[in-house]
Amino acid sequence: MNIRYALKRSLPVMAGYIVLGMGFGILLTSKGYSAGWAFLMSLLIYAGSMQYVAVDLLAGGASLISAALMTLMVNARHLFYGISMIDRYRGTGKKKPYLIFSLTDETYSLVCSGDVPEGIDQKKYFFWVSLFDQFYWVIGSTLGGVIGSMITFNTAGIDFSMTALFIVVFIEQWKSTENHTSALIGVGASVLCLVIFGADNFLIPAMVVITAALTFLRGALEQKQEESGEKGNE
Amino acid sequence: MSDLHSGLLVAVIALVTLLLRALPFMIFGGKRKTPAFITYLSNVLPCAIMGMLIVYCLRGTELFKAPYGLPELIAGGTVVFLHLWKKNTLLSIALGTVLYMFLVQI
Repeated sequence: MNIRYALKRSLPVMAGYIVLGMGFGILLTSKGYSAGWAFLMSLLIYAGSMQYVAVDLLAGGASLISAALMTLMVNARHLFYGISMIDRYRGTGKKKPYLIFSLTDETYSLVCSGDVPEGIDQKKYFFWVSLFDQFYWVIGSTLGGVIGSMITFNTAGIDFSMTALFIVVFIEQWKSTENHTSALIGVGASVLCLVIFGADNFLIPAMVVITAALTFLRGALEQKQEESGEKGNE
Repeated sequence: MSDLHSGLLVAVIALVTLLLRALPFMIFGGKRKTPAFITYLSNVLPCAIMGMLIVYCLRGTELFKAPYGLPELIAGGTVVFLHLWKKNTLLSIALGTVLYMFLVQI
């Protein structure tokens, strides 16, 4: 019953992960890597947007240091997913290491509310939904790798799937929150830093400015959050 | 590009990603209560970070020379419109990407 419920909840992610995973696999093979690399990366890294970025790093022969820094920047948001799941993942025992490893954007969106219907074991639901999601991602990327190495077509522009994914998540978050200050700060500060520091160096300054602005506005934002009844945890 | 270096790159990316995911649990995961400031950040940051990632994806867009960012604008606008209209994540992403690929390849 727990498994069936987790499967049902994970279906929207299945569609997305298989298509995005295939996009990643095709992109990776277009740079001369075999499907085995796509499989390995999805098994070990398992971070959608970072794997797209990793294709660039691999193809360009980036240094290990710059790869580590890039991963820090692109995946820093996972710190915040982790922070908001500390209480919900308490007492998950042996499943906990895997739950932590597999906490992607999409899995986060399925577990962050923590709500499950009566009769469903919440901890088992967390585990199965995490496992299903990674399964879809691995299948999708490997499939994309196989397809990409068999058929050759012009893949220019396929990276836009990542942009489109972020736009969709942004819209979903926008609709689930009443106060859009945080979202506007994110876009505004990033554009500002992009103009000042340029495309290659703006990410770290943008993160600093965003964190500083949100810290500064804490009083005002928390008050509004209470007024609107603690809506929108995402 | 050697397989060894590629393998090392994958290992580094995997380790840093895992570290970022595990760090909050290592620091605050014990009996200690999560500080209020951290809880506040975890509520408001995801929206801001997603906005930042959109800007990150579009960072290379050339606004002042052809095609003046038009493919990004048209495809991005289509994603927004489709998603507000149909609310189907997969449809929005797939059509937006195909449209963008068409626009940059013609």
